[in-house]
Parts: sequence; C-alpha cells; structure tokens
Amino acid sequence: MWDYTPIVKDHFLNPRNVGEITDADAVGEVGSLACGDALKLYLKLDDDKDTIIDAKFQTFGCASAIASSSALTEMVKGKTLDEALAVSNQDIADFLGGLPEEKMHCSVMGQEALEVAIFKYRGMDIPQHDSEHDHGHAYPDYEGEIVCKCFGITDTFLKKVIETNSLTTAEQVTNFTKAGGACGGCIPKIKELIAQVLGEAAAQTRVRPEKLSNMKKMQLIQEVLERDIRPLLWADGGDLELIDIDGAKVQVAFRKACAGCASSGNTARMVEAKLRDLVAEDIVVEEVSQ
Amino acid sequence: MKEIYLDNNATTKVDEAVFEEMRPYFCELYGNPSSMHFFGGQVQSKVNEARVRVAELLGASPDEIIFTACGTESDNAAIRSALEVFPDRRHIITSRVEHPAVLTQCRNLRQKGYRVTEIGVDGAGRLDIEELKAAIDTDTAIVSLMWANNETGVIFPVEEAAAIAQSKGALFHSDAVQAIGKIPINMAASTIDMLSLSGHKLHAPKGIGVLYLRRGTPFRPFLVGGHQEKSRRAGTENAAAIIALGKACQLAGQHMEAENTTVKAMRDHLQDALMTAIPHARINGGGAERLPNTTSIAFEFVEGEAILLLLSEFGICASSGSACTSGSLEPSHVLRAMGVPFTCAHGSIRFSLSRYTTEAEIATVIREMPPIIARLRQMSPFGREHLAGKA
Repeated sequence: MWDYTPIVKDHFLNPRNVGEITDADAVGEVGSLACGDALKLYLKLDDDKDTIIDAKFQTFGCASAIASSSALTEMVKGKTLDEALAVSNQDIADFLGGLPEEKMHCSVMGQEALEVAIFKYRGMDIPQHDSEHDHGHAYPDYEGEIVCKCFGITDTFLKKVIETNSLTTAEQVTNFTKAGGACGGCIPKIKELIAQVLGEAAAQTRVRPEKLSNMKKMQLIQEVLERDIRPLLWADGGDLELIDIDGAKVQVAFRKACAGCASSGNTARMVEAKLRDLVAEDIVVEEVSQ
Repeated sequence: MKEIYLDNNATTKVDEAVFEEMRPYFCELYGNPSSMHFFGGQVQSKVNEARVRVAELLGASPDEIIFTACGTESDNAAIRSALEVFPDRRHIITSRVEHPAVLTQCRNLRQKGYRVTEIGVDGAGRLDIEELKAAIDTDTAIVSLMWANNETGVIFPVEEAAAIAQSKGALFHSDAVQAIGKIPINMAASTIDMLSLSGHKLHAPKGIGVLYLRRGTPFRPFLVGGHQEKSRRAGTENAAAIIALGKACQLAGQHMEAENTTVKAMRDHLQDALMTAIPHARINGGGAERLPNTTSIAFEFVEGEAILLLLSEFGICASSGSACTSGSLEPSHVLRAMGVPFTCAHGSIRFSLSRYTTEAEIATVIREMPPIIARLRQMSPFGREHLAGKA
C-alpha cells in the first residue's frame, strides 16, 4: 500500500473544490483516459482579470491525483496569475506533506494544468502533438520533439522537469512524468536528456581556474569526477573509480555497466573533455583495468 | 475496523486448524527430519504424512511431490529444469497472461538467446489454442501455461495444451497456484509433467510451495546441496510449513464442493448485483470458464486505486488491475492482452472470495460499491455524456 500522508488522505477523502465553473475565465485540461489520469482545471478571475477568486477541478485518477488537484485549487485561490505561475510541482507535493516518489507525476500534472489554463487565457499558442494516447502534454514552452510516444511527452517538457526537480536517473524521470513507464523504448533518450541538463547546469556555474597548485588540481579533479561525471554514468547504470593522478595523467577504471562496455573508449574521451573543460587543458585520461 | 477480505487470490487467511497442526514444530518438535535420532524421526514421519495429504489433493503419488519455498520457486525450477534436460531445444512457449513468476523468467531467458513465444488470448481471456499448435515444434523444450488466471480466474484448457506439447516431445508445466483448492485436479488422469502450487493461496502459511513432478519425468534440480527431497530440492525442509500445507490440502479437499457451490453462488450474486446497480461496467473474462471464487469487473471512467482506497474505508479489501496500484504506469498485462479498452482497464477491480466469505460481507460490498463508483464518476471529467441521468 502506498504510504500517503494524512494530508493526502484528507484531500482524497474530502476533496476541496470539485466541480465545474460554468463561466470560468481559464480552463486547463491535461491527461487522458488512456494514460490513467487526467485533470480539468477551472479558474475564475476577479474584475481586474488578475487575481484568481475561484478554482475548481474534475479529476480522473488515483488518490494522489485527486489530492494533488484538490491541493492545487486551494493553493491558487487568491493568487494573481503571475503568482500562480510560480507554483511548482514541488510546492504542490510540499503542501500535501510529500508524495511517494512514484506518484510525483500527479503533482506535475497539477502544475501542468495550471500552466495550460493560464497560457490559454493569455492567448498563447497551444501546440497539439499527435501521439498514440494524445496526452495533451503540450504547450508553448514545451514545444519540441516527442520523446515518450506512449504518453506523448516532449523533450522540452522533460528537460524542464529534470531541471526544476534536479532529477538524475531515468527512473526518477518516469516517476515525475510517466515518460518511459510503458514500453520503455525512450529510456536511452531520457538518459541523454538528463546528461544534457546536468551538463548545462555544470557548464553554467563553473569556470576553469587560471592556475592551480598540484594539490588543488588533484582536489578539483576528484570534485569534478564526483559532481559532474559519476552522476552521468549512474544514469546509465555505470560508474567509474579514480585510480591515480600523476601530473596531468588521470587514471580511471570503469565499473558496473561501463566495465567492458564497447563504448567505454568514448566515455573516457567524455571524461577527458570534461576535466579539460573544468580543471586544466592538458589533462589526459587513461582507462586502466583494475 | 473488521476487514471484509475479498482478496484471496493475493493471499489467504491461515486456517486455525492448519496453524494448530504446525504449532508444535517450532519450539517443541524442532528436530531436523533428516537426523538419525528419534527426535528428528518424528518430524520426518509428519513430513511424510503431509506429502501423502498433498498428493491426495492432486491425485498424485507422494514421491511426485517436491516441497519448495513458494510458487515462484516451483515455476523457476520447472522451466530451468526443462532447458537443462533438453540442451538442444532452444524454444519456450508460454502465454501473454502468465504470472510474472513465469513471464519474467521467460523474458530473461529470451535475453539469453532462447526463442520465446507468448501465446495470446481472446477478449474473454481464453487461450488461442490454434496459435499454440502453430508455434510448437521439435525445438520446443517446454510449454508453460497457467491453469487459471490470477486476475480474471479464466481457466485454460491445460490438458489439451499438454497433449499438443507432448506431440513434439516437449515438457508441459502448469502454474496451478490459483486453481489448486478451488477446482478439482487429478494428476492420475492427466499427462501434465510439472505443476506449481503455493501454500498461502489455500489457507497454509506463506513460504511453502510444491513442484509436482510426474514420475519418470527427467529433472535437474534448481537448488543443489544436500540430499533433501530425493536430491531434487536441496535445503533443510521447512518442516512446520510442510506439515501446515499437508493439513491445508486435506481441508481443501473437504471444502472443494462448497467452493464450487456456496462460494460460487456468493461470487455470482456479487457480480450480478454490481452489474445491475452500476452502469458502464463489464466483467473481464465473463464469457469464459472461470474459477468459482473470482470476479474482475471493469468500471468505466474511474481509476482503480481510488476505488480500492474508498472501499478500504469500509474495511473492504479487493485488488485492481489498474496501473497506479502496482507502481507501474500501464494497466495489467492480463487486461491489455485481452484487449480490454483503456477506458475501463484502469478501473478494473478484482474480488476473490474464500470459504470464509459470508453473505453479510457480500451484502456490504453490494451496498457500498455503487455510491463509491458514483462519487468518483462525479469527480471525473470523463463519461459525463454517457452517465447523464444514471449513477
């Protein structure tokens, strides 16, 4: 049985704001019967058309989908549209005292419905993607290429969820978005996206130092391996171990899925490029078997 | 809150008489049945008695009974053995609706280079026997098909399938975990080579299973070590659980008729009343021959986990073929193989009764279920046009 918090149970058993608003200003609809959950969110604005004065929902889905919808309507009432747009899926989960990780996609669905409603109200273009299940995961920011064909989820949407929730594994991405949860065919692509997001995050925040003492250099190499490289390998079920550092020569051994992997040569080049980027230009990575 | 337990295909209550039978074999009669002293010997004779009792329920000989740790172990042992016995045969046949204990293993073996054919079922969950005939060849080492499906209760024509398997020299195994104790099984009049049984599905404790192995069937053990179970399954016997299973099988034989009259009547009453009271519902496998204790009903426009948690508020325990309950994101592979439409696969609920189920419990479910479905449909954005004026 899922370990739902008392707040989740309360919002499931006594959901707030169930129903329709017939003269709603904004309506956002995401999900489908095929996907196993769907949410239709109705927002009513004040006379200035800026503040949400009422919110209602209709949800098809499990207990946490219903509780997330109920929580969302409670959270956005009284907020301006801009304030509402700042509500993240994590805020919804926090409001509920947390959700099991496998159920995080319910909070993501709530956040998505909110954005769809507001973007549509503001007259922004909502592109529709054709996918087998027509999940409706598609709106301005997330125009992009469909990655998960089963649930109709785009790369831009996935990258956003990966980034905002600091996700590092394909399994987490499935828990948060459902992508990869059916046929699993897109899991390699999801891993690529994680690597891209992690790579971008690392590149943004760090610059290669001008000059390094040997001691500092060794420390930095270890830090980059821990922080930037190993998480990428974990996402693929692999790992590496630092064996030795001798001047500019860095010896590593590949572990788990990386050990004996045919493309470990490429992985070694990737590690080298990363270290050259973040530590020193002259670094040479050597793969050793130990 | 007193539970109304209608999830007997998941696990069952240990019968009080079964528990009493096993109780002395923990703190008092704890000897090792293999030991050469009176203290182990008295356990040995009780284990032998259990073996006879299990054999009687199955219409088998005691030496055809191998005790294992669970149904999953029995399934794994049967399939592995067949592949070792026939190293030149590289083909396995199973069905798309098997329990993961069989299906996961077959799919892992496919990764290792075996050819695996998964036979399909029709909309009512019935096996496509023509597909089996077309798939079998002299490369097939084993055909493994369940006797009855855990989710729908649909019964497969295992005897006919066994004959087809044997016509090409393949072994035939059946995962009979859900069938044993619910419908009569007579291995003396059968040609099935191997059969799996799980104790906790018939009022024995968890952690005890059986692999039935027809006399003369070639076999390679899954667990090797000591000489227990005539070297067919090494490891010290779980004597207390074996003794419990013997008693449970004896009781299952005594209750077999009630299972197919009283229990079946309650099951039929439950499903008829729900189908009458709730529009836009369908019985999964309703058109097929089914176990007397199981019914799986799909309710359109609502999701199974939400139904289960609302039922749970009334103490009612059932299960669902929905994605959300299992942690996976797709509805059950059984319902998908049957082509149950997505509109209702997510809202499928399985009730599985036992000889402990009472009329009063069934009446409670019949009373509480329609408002639960109506309440969730009220909340759902779907089906409003179909349901206008109805529940």
